[in-house]
Amino acid sequence: MRIIILGSGRVGARLATELSGAGHEITIIDKNSVAFRRLGKDYHGQVVVGTGIDSDVLRKAGIDSADVFLALTNGDNTNLMTAQVAKKIFKINRVMARCYDPERAKAFRELGIQTICSTSIMAEQIEKEMGLI
Amino acid sequence: MYAIIIGGGKVGYYLTKALLEAGYETLLVEKLRENYLRLFDEFGEAVYQGDGDEMRTLQEIGTNRANIFIAVTGDDEDNLIACQLAKKKFGCPKVIARVNNPRNEEIFRQLDIDATVSATRIIYGLVEQEMEAPEVIPLLALKKGNIEIVEIAIPKNAPVVGKTVEALRLPEDCILISIIRGEEVAIPRADTVIEVGDTILALISTTRVHEIHDALLGK
Repeated sequence: MRIIILGSGRVGARLATELSGAGHEITIIDKNSVAFRRLGKDYHGQVVVGTGIDSDVLRKAGIDSADVFLALTNGDNTNLMTAQVAKKIFKINRVMARCYDPERAKAFRELGIQTICSTSIMAEQIEKEMGLI
Repeated sequence: MYAIIIGGGKVGYYLTKALLEAGYETLLVEKLRENYLRLFDEFGEAVYQGDGDEMRTLQEIGTNRANIFIAVTGDDEDNLIACQLAKKKFGCPKVIARVNNPRNEEIFRQLDIDATVSATRIIYGLVEQEMEAPEVIPLLALKKGNIEIVEIAIPKNAPVVGKTVEALRLPEDCILISIIRGEEVAIPRADTVIEVGDTILALISTTRVHEIHDALLGK
Protein backbone atom coordinates (compact mmCIF):
# COMPACT_ATOMS: atom_id res chain seq x y z
CA MET A 1 0.00 0.00 0.00
CA ARG A 2 1.04 3.63 -0.55
CA ILE A 3 1.50 5.11 2.92
CA ILE A 4 2.49 8.67 3.81
CA ILE A 5 3.93 9.31 7.27
CA LEU A 6 4.24 12.87 8.56
CA GLY A 7 6.94 13.31 11.20
CA SER A 8 10.17 11.33 11.36
CA GLY A 9 10.42 11.23 15.13
CA ARG A 10 10.86 8.02 17.11
CA VAL A 11 7.35 6.77 16.37
CA GLY A 12 7.22 7.92 12.74
CA ALA A 13 10.68 6.65 11.80
CA ARG A 14 10.14 3.29 13.49
CA LEU A 15 6.81 2.75 11.82
CA ALA A 16 8.24 3.84 8.45
CA THR A 17 11.11 1.36 8.75
CA GLU A 18 8.85 -1.52 9.81
CA LEU A 19 6.22 -0.87 7.15
CA SER A 20 8.88 -0.42 4.47
CA GLY A 21 10.43 -3.75 5.53
CA ALA A 22 6.99 -5.34 5.26
CA GLY A 23 6.83 -4.31 1.61
CA HIS A 24 4.71 -1.16 1.75
CA GLU A 25 5.53 1.85 -0.35
CA ILE A 26 6.35 4.63 2.15
CA THR A 27 6.98 8.36 1.86
CA ILE A 28 8.03 10.09 5.07
CA ILE A 29 7.88 13.87 5.54
CA ASP A 30 9.75 15.93 8.12
CA LYS A 31 10.60 19.62 8.26
CA ASN A 32 14.08 18.76 9.47
CA SER A 33 16.21 16.51 7.24
CA VAL A 34 18.36 15.43 10.21
CA ALA A 35 15.31 13.55 11.50
CA PHE A 36 15.67 11.02 8.66
CA ARG A 37 18.76 9.63 10.41
CA ARG A 38 16.32 7.79 12.65
CA LEU A 39 15.21 5.66 9.69
CA GLY A 40 16.61 2.14 9.84
CA LYS A 41 18.76 0.35 7.26
CA ASP A 42 15.70 -1.51 6.04
CA TYR A 43 13.99 1.68 4.97
CA HIS A 44 13.63 1.80 1.19
CA GLY A 45 10.99 4.50 0.83
CA GLN A 46 11.06 8.16 -0.17
CA VAL A 47 11.83 11.15 2.05
CA VAL A 48 10.43 14.67 1.62
CA VAL A 49 11.66 17.71 3.54
CA GLY A 50 8.96 20.24 4.38
CA THR A 51 6.12 21.16 6.67
CA GLY A 52 2.98 19.05 6.48
CA ILE A 53 0.65 22.03 6.78
CA ASP A 54 1.69 23.14 3.30
CA SER A 55 -0.39 21.31 0.70
CA ASP A 56 2.40 21.74 -1.88
CA VAL A 57 4.58 19.56 0.36
CA LEU A 58 1.81 16.97 0.70
CA ARG A 59 1.41 16.86 -3.08
CA LYS A 60 5.15 16.43 -3.49
CA ALA A 61 4.89 13.43 -1.18
CA GLY A 62 2.28 11.97 -3.51
CA ILE A 63 -0.83 12.47 -1.39
CA ASP A 64 -2.97 12.38 -4.53
CA SER A 65 -2.39 8.66 -4.85
CA ALA A 66 -1.88 7.57 -1.23
CA ASP A 67 -3.96 4.88 0.49
CA VAL A 68 -3.03 5.73 4.08
CA PHE A 69 -1.97 8.96 5.81
CA LEU A 70 -0.46 8.95 9.30
CA ALA A 71 0.19 12.28 11.07
CA LEU A 72 2.73 11.54 13.79
CA THR A 73 4.60 14.79 14.53
CA ASN A 74 4.92 16.06 18.09
CA GLY A 75 2.45 18.86 17.34
CA ASP A 76 -1.19 17.96 18.00
CA ASN A 77 -2.55 20.77 15.86
CA THR A 78 -0.25 20.01 12.93
CA ASN A 79 -1.42 16.39 13.08
CA LEU A 80 -5.09 17.27 13.37
CA MET A 81 -4.91 19.80 10.55
CA THR A 82 -3.03 17.57 8.11
CA ALA A 83 -5.23 14.58 8.92
CA GLN A 84 -8.29 16.64 8.03
CA VAL A 85 -6.67 17.91 4.84
CA ALA A 86 -5.77 14.33 3.87
CA LYS A 87 -9.27 13.07 4.60
CA LYS A 88 -11.52 15.88 3.44
CA ILE A 89 -9.53 17.47 0.64
CA PHE A 90 -7.45 14.61 -0.73
CA LYS A 91 -10.18 12.05 0.06
CA ILE A 92 -7.94 9.48 1.74
CA ASN A 93 -10.06 7.02 3.71
CA ARG A 94 -7.50 5.67 6.14
CA VAL A 95 -6.15 8.58 8.13
CA MET A 96 -4.86 8.79 11.68
CA ALA A 97 -3.63 11.70 13.82
CA ARG A 98 -1.46 11.34 16.89
CA CYS A 99 -2.51 13.57 19.78
CA TYR A 100 -0.87 14.19 23.15
CA ASP A 101 -3.86 16.04 24.59
CA PRO A 102 -6.58 13.47 25.46
CA GLU A 103 -9.36 16.09 25.40
CA ARG A 104 -8.42 17.30 21.95
CA ALA A 105 -8.09 13.69 20.75
CA LYS A 106 -11.61 12.97 22.00
CA ALA A 107 -13.08 16.15 20.50
CA PHE A 108 -11.73 15.41 17.03
CA ARG A 109 -12.61 11.72 17.25
CA GLU A 110 -16.19 12.88 17.77
CA LEU A 111 -15.81 15.09 14.69
CA GLY A 112 -14.84 12.09 12.59
CA ILE A 113 -11.04 12.18 12.64
CA GLN A 114 -9.40 9.00 13.88
CA THR A 115 -6.98 9.98 16.66
CA ILE A 116 -4.58 8.04 18.83
CA CYS A 117 -3.58 9.48 22.19
CA SER A 118 -0.25 8.21 23.50
CA THR A 119 -0.85 9.98 26.83
CA SER A 120 -3.99 8.09 27.74
CA ILE A 121 -2.70 4.79 26.33
CA MET A 122 0.42 5.04 28.48
CA ALA A 123 -1.48 6.12 31.59
CA GLU A 124 -3.87 3.18 31.24
CA GLN A 125 -1.03 0.76 30.65
CA ILE A 126 0.86 1.91 33.74
CA GLU A 127 -2.23 1.66 35.88
CA LYS A 128 -2.92 -1.82 34.56
CA GLU A 129 0.60 -3.19 34.82
CA MET A 130 1.06 -1.82 38.31
CA GLY A 131 -2.26 -3.29 39.31
CA LEU A 132 -3.60 0.10 40.33
CA ILE A 133 -7.01 -0.18 38.76
CA MET B 1 -21.38 41.28 22.10
CA TYR B 2 -18.67 38.98 23.46
CA ALA B 3 -15.50 38.54 21.39
CA ILE B 4 -12.72 36.08 22.14
CA ILE B 5 -9.28 36.58 20.64
CA ILE B 6 -6.65 33.83 20.68
CA GLY B 7 -3.01 34.92 20.49
CA GLY B 8 -1.50 37.99 22.14
CA GLY B 9 1.01 38.93 19.43
CA LYS B 10 0.82 42.26 17.65
CA VAL B 11 -2.37 41.45 15.73
CA GLY B 12 -4.10 40.18 18.87
CA TYR B 13 -2.90 43.14 20.89
CA TYR B 14 -4.16 45.85 18.55
CA LEU B 15 -7.38 44.00 17.85
CA THR B 16 -8.13 43.70 21.58
CA LYS B 17 -7.34 47.35 22.06
CA ALA B 18 -9.65 48.40 19.24
CA LEU B 19 -12.53 46.17 20.37
CA LEU B 20 -12.25 47.36 23.99
CA GLU B 21 -12.21 50.98 22.86
CA ALA B 22 -15.33 50.31 20.82
CA GLY B 23 -16.97 49.10 24.03
CA TYR B 24 -17.24 45.38 23.25
CA GLU B 25 -16.81 42.71 25.88
CA THR B 26 -13.47 41.23 24.80
CA LEU B 27 -11.18 38.53 26.13
CA LEU B 28 -7.63 38.04 24.86
CA VAL B 29 -6.11 34.59 25.43
CA GLU B 30 -2.31 34.31 25.58
CA LYS B 31 -0.42 31.09 26.21
CA LEU B 32 2.94 32.33 27.51
CA ARG B 33 3.20 33.65 31.07
CA GLU B 34 5.70 36.35 30.16
CA ASN B 35 3.54 37.83 27.40
CA TYR B 36 0.44 37.45 29.53
CA LEU B 37 1.92 39.54 32.35
CA ARG B 38 2.86 42.33 29.95
CA LEU B 39 -0.63 42.34 28.41
CA PHE B 40 -2.23 42.18 31.87
CA ASP B 41 -0.57 45.48 32.79
CA GLU B 42 -2.53 47.14 30.02
CA PHE B 43 -5.75 45.15 29.68
CA GLY B 44 -6.21 43.76 33.20
CA GLU B 45 -9.05 41.25 33.42
CA ALA B 46 -9.53 41.33 29.66
CA VAL B 47 -6.53 38.99 29.30
CA TYR B 48 -6.52 35.31 30.20
CA GLN B 49 -3.50 33.03 30.36
CA GLY B 50 -4.20 29.73 28.67
CA ASP B 51 -3.90 27.58 25.57
CA GLY B 52 -6.69 28.40 23.15
CA ASP B 53 -6.41 24.90 21.66
CA GLU B 54 -7.33 23.22 24.94
CA MET B 55 -10.91 22.27 25.71
CA ARG B 56 -10.51 23.31 29.33
CA THR B 57 -9.42 26.83 28.41
CA LEU B 58 -12.28 27.20 25.94
CA GLN B 59 -14.71 26.02 28.62
CA GLU B 60 -13.39 28.39 31.27
CA ILE B 61 -13.51 31.48 29.09
CA GLY B 62 -17.14 30.88 28.15
CA THR B 63 -16.67 30.08 24.48
CA ASN B 64 -20.26 28.81 24.37
CA ARG B 65 -21.60 32.34 24.85
CA ALA B 66 -19.12 34.08 22.53
CA ASN B 67 -20.62 35.80 19.50
CA ILE B 68 -17.35 35.85 17.66
CA PHE B 69 -14.12 33.90 18.03
CA ILE B 70 -10.93 35.10 16.35
CA ALA B 71 -7.66 33.13 16.29
CA VAL B 72 -4.65 35.23 15.30
CA THR B 73 -1.57 33.35 16.47
CA GLY B 74 1.40 33.05 14.11
CA ASP B 75 0.69 29.37 13.43
CA ASP B 76 -1.97 28.37 10.90
CA GLU B 77 -2.57 24.96 12.46
CA ASP B 78 -3.16 26.44 15.92
CA ASN B 79 -5.64 28.96 14.52
CA LEU B 80 -7.51 26.25 12.63
CA ILE B 81 -7.86 23.88 15.57
CA ALA B 82 -8.93 26.62 18.01
CA CYS B 83 -11.59 27.85 15.57
CA GLN B 84 -12.86 24.34 14.84
CA LEU B 85 -13.22 23.55 18.54
CA ALA B 86 -14.96 26.88 19.20
CA LYS B 87 -17.42 26.32 16.36
CA LYS B 88 -18.08 22.62 16.51
CA LYS B 89 -17.71 21.89 20.21
CA PHE B 90 -18.95 25.16 21.71
CA GLY B 91 -21.37 26.30 19.02
CA CYS B 92 -19.73 29.67 18.46
CA PRO B 93 -21.65 31.23 15.53
CA LYS B 94 -18.76 33.05 13.85
CA VAL B 95 -15.10 32.02 13.80
CA ILE B 96 -12.31 33.87 12.03
CA ALA B 97 -8.78 32.54 11.52
CA ARG B 98 -5.60 34.33 10.57
CA VAL B 99 -3.78 32.48 7.80
CA ASN B 100 -0.09 32.91 7.10
CA ASN B 101 0.25 30.65 4.07
CA PRO B 102 -2.31 32.05 1.58
CA ARG B 103 -2.88 28.56 0.16
CA ASN B 104 -4.40 27.59 3.49
CA GLU B 105 -7.27 30.03 3.02
CA GLU B 106 -9.12 27.70 0.69
CA ILE B 107 -8.33 24.71 2.91
CA PHE B 108 -9.68 26.50 5.99
CA ARG B 109 -12.89 27.33 4.15
CA GLN B 110 -13.34 23.69 3.24
CA LEU B 111 -12.81 22.82 6.90
CA ASP B 112 -15.73 25.07 7.95
CA ILE B 113 -13.96 28.25 9.06
CA ASP B 114 -16.31 31.20 8.42
CA ALA B 115 -13.67 33.75 7.45
CA THR B 116 -9.93 33.89 7.02
CA VAL B 117 -7.53 36.81 6.93
CA SER B 118 -4.20 36.50 5.20
CA ALA B 119 -1.86 39.46 5.44
CA THR B 120 0.34 37.78 2.85
CA ARG B 121 -2.49 37.63 0.34
CA ILE B 122 -3.68 41.18 1.00
CA ILE B 123 -0.20 42.61 0.55
CA TYR B 124 0.39 40.42 -2.51
CA GLY B 125 -2.87 41.75 -3.94
CA LEU B 126 -1.71 45.31 -3.43
CA VAL B 127 1.66 44.60 -5.02
CA GLU B 128 -0.05 42.97 -7.99
CA GLN B 129 -2.32 45.99 -8.41
CA GLU B 130 0.68 48.28 -8.33
CA MET B 131 2.42 46.18 -10.93
CA GLU B 132 -0.55 45.82 -13.24
CA ALA B 133 -2.53 49.00 -12.85
CA PRO B 134 -0.26 51.28 -14.90
CA GLU B 135 -0.24 48.86 -17.80
CA VAL B 136 -3.85 48.57 -18.96
CA ILE B 137 -6.02 51.25 -17.45
CA PRO B 138 -9.78 51.10 -18.05
CA LEU B 139 -11.00 54.58 -18.98
CA LEU B 140 -14.63 54.09 -19.88
CA ALA B 141 -17.11 51.22 -19.87
CA LEU B 142 -19.68 51.13 -22.67
CA LYS B 143 -22.66 48.88 -23.40
CA LYS B 144 -23.32 47.98 -19.76
CA GLY B 145 -19.66 47.26 -19.26
CA ASN B 146 -19.30 44.79 -22.15
CA ILE B 147 -16.99 47.09 -24.06
CA GLU B 148 -14.23 49.20 -22.59
CA ILE B 149 -11.97 51.97 -23.70
CA VAL B 150 -8.56 51.29 -22.21
CA GLU B 151 -5.25 53.10 -22.09
CA ILE B 152 -1.93 51.29 -22.42
CA ALA B 153 1.41 53.00 -21.84
CA ILE B 154 4.22 51.35 -23.79
CA PRO B 155 7.28 50.76 -21.60
CA LYS B 156 10.88 50.31 -22.75
CA ASN B 157 10.80 46.51 -22.75
CA ALA B 158 7.46 46.06 -24.52
CA PRO B 159 7.65 43.53 -27.39
CA VAL B 160 5.76 45.85 -29.77
CA VAL B 161 8.31 48.68 -29.69
CA GLY B 162 9.52 49.35 -33.25
CA LYS B 163 6.69 47.36 -34.84
CA THR B 164 4.10 48.78 -37.22
CA VAL B 165 0.42 48.70 -36.31
CA GLU B 166 -0.10 46.31 -39.19
CA ALA B 167 2.33 43.81 -37.64
CA LEU B 168 0.56 43.80 -34.25
CA ARG B 169 -1.30 40.64 -33.36
CA LEU B 170 -4.30 42.25 -31.78
CA PRO B 171 -7.12 40.25 -30.24
CA GLU B 172 -10.47 40.01 -31.96
CA ASP B 173 -13.02 42.71 -31.17
CA CYS B 174 -10.28 45.26 -30.65
CA ILE B 175 -9.81 48.60 -32.36
CA LEU B 176 -6.94 50.98 -31.76
CA ILE B 177 -8.44 54.45 -31.45
CA SER B 178 -5.40 56.61 -31.20
CA ILE B 179 -1.75 56.82 -30.27
CA ILE B 180 -0.73 59.67 -27.99
CA ARG B 181 2.91 60.62 -28.48
CA GLY B 182 4.04 63.55 -26.33
CA GLU B 183 1.51 66.30 -27.05
CA GLU B 184 0.47 64.78 -30.39
CA VAL B 185 -2.52 62.58 -30.98
CA ALA B 186 -2.23 60.34 -34.02
CA ILE B 187 -4.78 58.12 -35.71
CA PRO B 188 -3.09 54.74 -35.98
CA ARG B 189 -2.45 53.70 -39.58
CA ALA B 190 -1.13 50.40 -40.85
CA ASP B 191 2.40 51.81 -41.15
CA THR B 192 2.48 53.74 -37.84
CA VAL B 193 5.45 52.50 -35.78
CA ILE B 194 4.97 52.02 -32.02
CA GLU B 195 7.53 53.88 -29.91
CA VAL B 196 8.58 53.76 -26.29
CA GLY B 197 6.46 56.14 -24.21
CA ASP B 198 3.45 55.97 -26.55
CA THR B 199 0.06 55.83 -24.94
CA ILE B 200 -2.38 53.74 -26.91
CA LEU B 201 -6.14 54.10 -26.58
CA ALA B 202 -8.13 51.06 -27.62
CA LEU B 203 -11.72 49.92 -27.76
CA ILE B 204 -12.08 46.30 -26.70
CA SER B 205 -14.64 43.86 -25.35
CA THR B 206 -14.22 43.54 -21.61
CA THR B 207 -13.52 39.83 -21.69
CA ARG B 208 -10.48 40.39 -23.90
CA VAL B 209 -8.73 43.06 -21.87
CA HIS B 210 -6.07 40.57 -20.74
CA GLU B 211 -5.45 39.66 -24.39
CA ILE B 212 -4.57 43.18 -25.36
CA HIS B 213 -2.30 43.31 -22.34
CA ASP B 214 -0.48 40.23 -23.60
CA ALA B 215 -0.47 41.44 -27.22
CA LEU B 216 1.10 44.81 -26.51
CA LEU B 217 3.07 44.24 -23.32
CA GLY B 218 3.89 40.54 -23.47
CA LYS B 219 2.95 37.92 -20.91
